[in-house]
Amino acid sequence: MTTSTPLLSVRDLAVSFPGRNGGAPVRAVQGVSFDLDAGQTLGLVGESGSGKTTTGRAVLQLQAIERGSVHLLGRNLTTSSAAQVRGMRRHMQFVLQNPYSSLHPRMAIASILAEPLQVHRSVPRSAIPARVTELMELVGLDPGTLQRYPHEFSGGQRQRIVIARALAVHPDFVVCDEPVSSLDVRTQAQIVALLQSLQERLGLSYLFIAHDLAIVRHVAHRVAVMYGGHIVEMGDTAAVFERPGHPYTRCLLDSVPVPDPQLQRQRLAQVPLEPDFRAHAGGSGRCVFGHDHHDGPAWHWLGPGHGVSCRYWPPDLARPEPVPDPTG
Amino acid sequence: MTVHNPAPLLRVQGLTARFGRGAQPVVKGISFQIGAGEAVGFVGESGCGKSVTARALMRLAPEGSSVELGGSVLFQGEELLQLGENAICDIRGRRIAMVFQDPMASLNPVMTVGAQIDDIVRRHTGVGKLAARQRSISLLDQVGIRDAAQRANDYPHQFSGGMRQRVLIAMAVSCAPDLLIADEPTTALDVTVQAQILRLLMRLRHELGMALMLITHDFGVIAGMVERVYVMLDGEIVESGGVDAVFAAPQHSYTRALLDAVPRLHAPGERP
Repeated sequence: MTTSTPLLSVRDLAVSFPGRNGGAPVRAVQGVSFDLDAGQTLGLVGESGSGKTTTGRAVLQLQAIERGSVHLLGRNLTTSSAAQVRGMRRHMQFVLQNPYSSLHPRMAIASILAEPLQVHRSVPRSAIPARVTELMELVGLDPGTLQRYPHEFSGGQRQRIVIARALAVHPDFVVCDEPVSSLDVRTQAQIVALLQSLQERLGLSYLFIAHDLAIVRHVAHRVAVMYGGHIVEMGDTAAVFERPGHPYTRCLLDSVPVPDPQLQRQRLAQVPLEPDFRAHAGGSGRCVFGHDHHDGPAWHWLGPGHGVSCRYWPPDLARPEPVPDPTG
Repeated sequence: MTVHNPAPLLRVQGLTARFGRGAQPVVKGISFQIGAGEAVGFVGESGCGKSVTARALMRLAPEGSSVELGGSVLFQGEELLQLGENAICDIRGRRIAMVFQDPMASLNPVMTVGAQIDDIVRRHTGVGKLAARQRSISLLDQVGIRDAAQRANDYPHQFSGGMRQRVLIAMAVSCAPDLLIADEPTTALDVTVQAQILRLLMRLRHELGMALMLITHDFGVIAGMVERVYVMLDGEIVESGGVDAVFAAPQHSYTRALLDAVPRLHAPGERP
């Protein structure tokens, strides 16, 4: 859709873990492809075990991959040497779910924030204290608390420290893995607002991994839905939430509790859709939309930039009406 | 209205809880009631005292602490705060049962799931081993665990998060309690599993005619599940009322702030 090269480009990414006791390997991520433009957020949603965290780790080269490629700022990370990847790390950072385990309990906040600056030598040694103070202000914390330790801060404040540490080296791209799921609703809203304002001010790109669809709706420009290691639907956020094309996306959306008693009672009274989406994985011949993709990817475009996997479809569901495939 | 108003199942008056003598109370003299078969929600953020309140009803203290309780907790006419340890043990699990947030931490990792349910059934009903196991299997079946007879021989780590929560619910309802307290029962679960667990709780509530006290920080979870809501802030109840009224017209600014913070799946006016 964009003519310029995307900031991040992931193609056919696959990750496997060796099976236990000599069993079959676990194929955690299978053939995942997506692009992310500068200043944009891609939401990655799915249930636990869908491969969304492994995808984030593989993109950051924290996880050995089986095949595929990851291009960041035009550089192919998957073929780069370890030293080259280390050099690229200042462009890509990570915000993790649990702000309790991702901060060293015996390091003062000042040292926690100075560490990435020292490692990447991104500012002169003499400028580190000034940069650390600036980072505290950036995430809305009082620089007077720099000598305190993580346990003296609340969960929301710790997550602000984790974000400040990620931003210390001026990254272009941040993977946020469930950044607010361990926080209270009001704190969640504050952290989400902080991430959004930082994106606007600094032009950051986020890969926003979350199981909470309502939050993803608020932060993401585009959304990818993962199931069983595959992306089963991807498109602009409004399109995916308003016109979900894949039955699994609909199943996820129907499960989200809504803060409206009458509506929520109706939703809970409905018989849940629990189809087995694995049943029709792969397969050959015509896809569920009646198209023959030959040897091309099993991907069906529903509209501009909005597509679904047409191979991963439960057989017990009614097949969709054949629609013209813009690419086919 | 002059409707005959039977005594509530649970009437709490001026409940206080503090950790240690002379400490600041974390629950500051709250009063509420739950009718027989009624579902009531408690909403608040971490640290507001909602979990301490729930545990106080069963005279339980958070792990590694001792709690000093004051006020009155009348359950079916009995003053729970005055009961001896043996008497309260007979009420715990049999007449008031509880489901916690973290199912793995609530299950014994080295005992099969069936054996853990057998224990509860035998403790409270005094039936023999075989009868207890039969009851356990039918309970697992009731909470939607397939091949219950086989799964009873499995250990907790062989179950998924959602299935473990079902096991905990099976244990909690094993003696058909009059009140089930569920403290953030779905917080650690995926949305699809969360919906399944909420449906299960609702079905069991109707099948067993038990009252439900549902504690959560998520107004979305409360919405379809309860008739009345109490909103807690800093150890006090700041708002209470029928669930539809509280959602439609919250009176307290804190309730409004909590409701506003819930991210919406759909833009206003858009069809869900």
